[in-house]
Amino acid sequence: MLFRDAAKYFGIVMGVTLASMVITQQGAIFVGLMSRTFALIADMGDPDIWVMDPKVQFIDDVKPLQATELYRVRGVEGVAWAAPLYKGLIRARLENGQFQNCNVIGLDDATLAGGPPAMVSGRLADLRQADAVIVDSVGAAGRLARAPATPGGPRIPLRVGDTMELNDKRAVLVGISSNTRSFQSQPTIYTTYSRATVFAPRERKQLSFILVKAATGEDQAALCDRIGAATGLAAYTSREFKWKTVSYFVDNTGIPINFGIAVGLGFVIGTVITGFMFYSFTVDNLRYFGTLKAMGASDGTLLRMILLQAAVVGAIGWGLGVGAASLFGRSAEGTPLAFRLPWQLLFVSGSAVLIICTLSAMLSIRKVISLEPAVVFKG
Amino acid sequence: MTIHPIHPAGPADPAPAPADGGPMTRSAAAAVQDAPIAVRCRAVTKTYGTGQSAVRALRGVDIDVHKGELLMLVGPSGCGKTTLISVVAGVLDRDGGDCTVLGEDFAKLGPAKTTAFRARNVGFVFQSFNLIPTLTIAENVSVPLLINGVGRAEALRRAKELLGRVGLGDRTKDHPNKLSGGQQQRVAISRALIHGPRLLVCDEPTSALDHATGTKVMELLREVASGGDLSLVVVTHDQRIYEFADRVAEMDDGRVERITTGLGHKTAEIHAGREAAEAMARGRAPARPAAGDRP
Repeated sequence: MLFRDAAKYFGIVMGVTLASMVITQQGAIFVGLMSRTFALIADMGDPDIWVMDPKVQFIDDVKPLQATELYRVRGVEGVAWAAPLYKGLIRARLENGQFQNCNVIGLDDATLAGGPPAMVSGRLADLRQADAVIVDSVGAAGRLARAPATPGGPRIPLRVGDTMELNDKRAVLVGISSNTRSFQSQPTIYTTYSRATVFAPRERKQLSFILVKAATGEDQAALCDRIGAATGLAAYTSREFKWKTVSYFVDNTGIPINFGIAVGLGFVIGTVITGFMFYSFTVDNLRYFGTLKAMGASDGTLLRMILLQAAVVGAIGWGLGVGAASLFGRSAEGTPLAFRLPWQLLFVSGSAVLIICTLSAMLSIRKVISLEPAVVFKG
Repeated sequence: MTIHPIHPAGPADPAPAPADGGPMTRSAAAAVQDAPIAVRCRAVTKTYGTGQSAVRALRGVDIDVHKGELLMLVGPSGCGKTTLISVVAGVLDRDGGDCTVLGEDFAKLGPAKTTAFRARNVGFVFQSFNLIPTLTIAENVSVPLLINGVGRAEALRRAKELLGRVGLGDRTKDHPNKLSGGQQQRVAISRALIHGPRLLVCDEPTSALDHATGTKVMELLREVASGGDLSLVVVTHDQRIYEFADRVAEMDDGRVERITTGLGHKTAEIHAGREAAEAMARGRAPARPAAGDRP
């Protein structure tokens, strides 16, 4: 009956679509943002384990270690190699005299372990040149770009060979890398560990993290335990450190609440629209449900009929909503907008739509099941 | 135009032949009166609400409906007609008394079996047709078959066949709102008959129709009820259609006050037409109705 009542059918499908789209789209932006919090960890494919001060709460919460800790970690059984990593904020002086805070990553001088995932121009090995740095492409074209050639014109992206000033020290751009956008959206500058400590303000301790590669066949969790026991430091697998970082942002920022409200509103609005339209459809057709009951349609038959209608509009609405959210994500590619749509999110929005449709159907089912078939004789 | 259920639910009792030379209306009436009883109600009561607001809709109704009979329930609004057909059709529980329909007592059957009984044995014709507007008329007619577990394709085939027999064979794909009132009621009657019910319950079947259309609808119903296994109970306010009844039961204040036996002239004509056809088939002349039997 519902499928040929075009107005209500369309209304219910649109209600489900709206809910599905808002839940999926807002969820995808939340997942995208949270993914950016561990962008640096994700970009460093090589190391299996990150070693740090036990008080570190997330990737940007750097509590430097003594340089000697590196050797202690290297001495733990099961460690294939261990490399130092500097991570800190350094001010870059722009051509126009303004300053821009940058994330500086200092890689092991010998191995350059932990370098960017891909190069747009130049080579990672060029970091061994004097004063060499590599800048991520977004930073090079954005916040670190040079002033326009003409007033009001486009800013000129940094190119290999350009020089810049980091904390009053000269740096030469030898490459541009392609990185995952970071949560804080500051430019990322790669250089060697020793040069990074020169760029950085002097501190007693400057070793931010120790990157560890487990020996072949070594159990990473067990190795983390051994490193912790041997050094008193915290050691996490890359996966654990990503989740520790996400957990920090979830627990200590208002981001989940803000997105939760948006997703919750989508759910509530979708439920209200869909439930009202579905219920309205049922009430409008109560006479016909009564007629079917009088003619001998069992409660089970009517129940299946309503559930089938709810399932079909739910499936269509969910598909349209997810499709619309995906198109939104596709159109946002290349923009600063964080958008990531893993399959788990489809499961979440599908479950939400299932709940919406079940609630809507239950309202109608209750009305129909309690309907006396004698109502058909009441005009 | 003759309509018979495509698949009768049970074996039809043979209708007694009229007495040769006797008045046709009396013999036909006698035939109906002698037929087995399809519905038997004794001291049936029904009260809506409780306490001060209680309304006693039925106050001890006694009535029988014979197989093949067209019984009309008439009376003023609120007299209990609709309540009585609701009880008889098994869509409303009675409070007291006895009522058996085609040998079954709904009070003892329970809700699920009563629903299944209705699906097999009862057809409904409503005042406002109650055709589902979003379905085609063929789909509407096929609904009782679908409820009884017949496959969709077979149900539609049988629905189209029956619609062809009521003169709507070329409208099977139309939706109800494309049809006139009379056509819609013919669709509703087809829907009520397609599964071969043994009891047809009609609630004001002509009140939404003009006289000429109402007469055609009643002729159709009358033919359905003539000499077959099907019993009809028709609730009506429309005095113009009393002439189609085998008996008219007048109700007032929750009781059957009077039952008028004797056929109206339309019924007599239809019976006569049927008997003439049967007589021709047997190779003898049909008897003529007595002029004095006409109202």
